[in-house]
Amino acid sequence: MDGFLSLFEQYDVAGAFWINIQLTFWAAIWSLLLGTLLALFRISPIASLQWFGATYVNIFRNTPLTIIIAFGVLALFGQLFVSLSEDFNLNFFRLAILGLSLYHAAFVCEAIRSGVNTVPLGQAEAARAIGLSFLPAARLIILPQAFRGAIAPLGNVLIALTKNSTVAAAGSVAESAGLMKTMIEFRSDMVIPIFFTFALGFVIIVIPIGLLTTWASKKLAVAR
Amino acid sequence: MRTTRYGALAMAAAAALTLSACGGGGGEGEGGGAEGGEAAADSIRIGIKFDQPGLGFDEGGSYSGFDVDVAKYVAGELGYTEDQIEWVEAPSANRENLLSNEQVDMIFATYSITDTRKETVDFAGPYFVAGQDLLVPTDSDITGPEDLNGRNLCSVTGSTSAQRVKDEFAEDVNLIEQPGYAECVSLMGGGQIDAVTTDDIILAGLAAQEANQGQFKVVGNPFSEENYGVGLTKGSELCSDINAAIEKMIEDGAWEEALAANLEGVDYEPNAELNPPTPAECA
Repeated sequence: MDGFLSLFEQYDVAGAFWINIQLTFWAAIWSLLLGTLLALFRISPIASLQWFGATYVNIFRNTPLTIIIAFGVLALFGQLFVSLSEDFNLNFFRLAILGLSLYHAAFVCEAIRSGVNTVPLGQAEAARAIGLSFLPAARLIILPQAFRGAIAPLGNVLIALTKNSTVAAAGSVAESAGLMKTMIEFRSDMVIPIFFTFALGFVIIVIPIGLLTTWASKKLAVAR
Repeated sequence: MRTTRYGALAMAAAAALTLSACGGGGGEGEGGGAEGGEAAADSIRIGIKFDQPGLGFDEGGSYSGFDVDVAKYVAGELGYTEDQIEWVEAPSANRENLLSNEQVDMIFATYSITDTRKETVDFAGPYFVAGQDLLVPTDSDITGPEDLNGRNLCSVTGSTSAQRVKDEFAEDVNLIEQPGYAECVSLMGGGQIDAVTTDDIILAGLAAQEANQGQFKVVGNPFSEENYGVGLTKGSELCSDINAAIEKMIEDGAWEEALAANLEGVDYEPNAELNPPTPAECA
């Protein structure tokens, strides 16, 4: 037990999880913005935008996240010299957020579209009848109801995003999966306790998200 | 009735998928190690790296490298022909587990002998003494870790070799971690990375790869001492026989030949004071 506790003195486990939380936070915001835009494209009456939204979702939904993150470092940073920050480490942090956001935006888009499907067709027709064009109708009538219907699937995406933030280790971000690898390499006598520590860490982060979104989806559901 | 039938069909499909997933996973992860259990008497299971050129490298079914050559020689001395060797992939994080679960009999996988590891596994050897060093482009002016201030240094996730450079030699070095050395080397080829750090023999193996030939050099200023040992299950009886085999290999020149053959074309000399090493007493 003393040996186990000494692990926490030697390695900054909480700090590594904090990086995961930060990654999740920023990627959640960006993917929500991008995903909402894509969902708007997909339900818009303009064929080329519909096509763009569908193509984006199909491409990013079917590309492994590791490849997207590795692309950020090996191609954007390594070959194209893209820099998102003057600070060397912040650059990788932002590249990882970019990759996570692009990937999860596809899932956010589909979650919101499923929310749109919960809005009865009559709502859109009524909006049209009082003279609203597509954008005002989407902003005032469709999306507010769609979001309330999409809270549970959006919660699922957020949970997946939290756990997927460990893939950022492939993009040179010092987060928990990387730290776990280091700890296993140097404390081979404690492999199982280390593994359970990190598994438990994610359970602690993810369960509140699940409880919160389940509660919110019931509380905010549109009564019909 | 109809739904029951569909239900049963779905169950059968799910069961089949689960089973096939198990089969696939086992075959891939253990590299045939599972079947080795029954045939243990007339074969030996050896854990090596599959992704480290010059040391342990999977060339599509056949294996090459210095670790592999030493393993073949030792297995030969223990009375096994090459056909009786089953190669098992032993990634760094998995080595202790492979040994304590008896999925392999010995491990030759750039396995440094450390006190922490000795608590869970036994070691024979060392059969090579490596040292942490730097791999840099051929025209680089870097001559040691002190020159790295303000430069970009790459290493793999889960090793602290890069952190050691930052802590002990160059405070202002920029560290980048990648899943494997191949990614580090490709970044260095692109010009965004100034140096890659890990054990010198691993770096030499990377530089010796055909695609990298002539592009990179090992600085040759090692700043640590890593004793590569043969990992054995705790309490294994093979230790003294393996040590005898390693001593014989060094004496009859096969050790030097293997080293030269695997690192051909690279300007690299292993630390001459420490190599070839004398195997330590078995515990």
